Amino acid sequence: MTNPEGMLTWKDLEIGSIVAEPGNASQYQTGDWRSERPIFDNSKCIKCGICYIFCPEGCIEQNAEGYFEANLFYCKGCGICARECWTRAITIVPEEE
Amino acid sequence: MATKMGIEVSVAIGEAVRLANADVIAAYPITPQTHIVEHLAELVANGELDAQYIPVESEHSAMSACLGASAVGARTFTATAGQGLELMHEVLYVASSMRLPVIMTVANRALSAPLSVWGDHSDVMAVRDVGWIQIFTENGQEVVDNVLCAFRIGEDRRVLLPVMIHLDGFHLSHVIEPILFPEQSEVDQFLPPNQYPLPLDPSKPVSMGDFGPPIIYFETKWAQEVNLEAAREVILQCWNEFGKTFQRYYSPVECYHSEDAKVLLLTMGSFSETAMTAIDKMRGDGRGVGLIRLRLWRPFPFGEIRQAVKNAEVLIVLDRALSFGGPGGPVCSEVKSALYGEDKKPRVIGFVGGLGGRDITPAGFEEIINRGIEISQKGSDQEFEIFGVRE
Repeated sequence: MTNPEGMLTWKDLEIGSIVAEPGNASQYQTGDWRSERPIFDNSKCIKCGICYIFCPEGCIEQNAEGYFEANLFYCKGCGICARECWTRAITIVPEEE
Repeated sequence: MATKMGIEVSVAIGEAVRLANADVIAAYPITPQTHIVEHLAELVANGELDAQYIPVESEHSAMSACLGASAVGARTFTATAGQGLELMHEVLYVASSMRLPVIMTVANRALSAPLSVWGDHSDVMAVRDVGWIQIFTENGQEVVDNVLCAFRIGEDRRVLLPVMIHLDGFHLSHVIEPILFPEQSEVDQFLPPNQYPLPLDPSKPVSMGDFGPPIIYFETKWAQEVNLEAAREVILQCWNEFGKTFQRYYSPVECYHSEDAKVLLLTMGSFSETAMTAIDKMRGDGRGVGLIRLRLWRPFPFGEIRQAVKNAEVLIVLDRALSFGGPGGPVCSEVKSALYGEDKKPRVIGFVGGLGGRDITPAGFEEIINRGIEISQKGSDQEFEIFGVRE
């Protein structure tokens, strides 16, 4: 049972706040406090995958065309992908832009 | 048929844990608790208790190992004292917050510095708010009985909380007393197997001790508080059932000649028995004094305290711990707060005494009571009184 806003109440918790559903961490939106996000310029991308390797959140995926994109549900906007990108294909822009 | 034995109280605790058939004991020796885990180590080494005995490098590790054991559903026991309890401190919160029914005896000891291995309640009071059920005991029989009760209370599905049994270091841990041990079959009947509902199990994975961001942390804490409050009922039921089975009854607040007494003394732990001697003498002298002893420290027995003191005019509370820069003794402070909203309540006078193994004799208790009465009549500019410090 959840409250009208769909949030868990204290009565909904398992004993000791045990998480009894394996793997449900994937439902946790780690990107909700991001203040900046990566923009990928595919004209500069050489599909090397260094952004994919360095992303600490594991949220960069390769699409059907072989280019990389960040899943913004998880991306925290740390900027490591842009820092590591050899061709400067990734720029970090403030969320409000 | 119970067996009566003359036995050191620490060793008796080991025997109680054997009767409870504990699965895991993780412990680090520390005075005055050492004999408890020493005896358990012997029992396990001799094959008299089929348990895993985990010697660890510190009390922090002892409690951490207990958490892991309890999390897989093992019946888990440890013991500590004083500095050891302090070193466990952060893990104590984790045990209660994760709802793991670890059972621990604490041979109450003063805190450093100066280094003291002797008894008082400084260690207890420092872990007052860690979310454990906490029970004070006065003699060896009470410790043995309450160790058995602690497993049943803590592991009860409606509770699932860790339990501390407090016994005074040396004054109780190292004395030899006649103690009744129930038969194994009686214990087995009283204490059902531990069946933790959501144990760590590879075939049914769960995550324990997860991250709790602001969106959920407060809910977890409130659930924990509601649960500790709900444990009251189970504690009472357990003591009642224990009494019916073994003819020894326990209650959150124990009364001794208190019903007709205008002046009451409140004590905890083994000093209560000395205080009874003083009460007997004073009543023999025609004085209307009585004693109440706090057994259940957490959850705090608000209702029982109010009921026990409602006809008294003066209530003298002896703490064996100092709350530095605070109201004197933590127990007196809580008793005062329990009575604050009552229309009819006794005048509460706080004393702090018996620190670091300092004895209080029957004559000393008489002195405390007389001084308390004097303060109640003449008043005092002190928040609390000190008993027994040389001027």
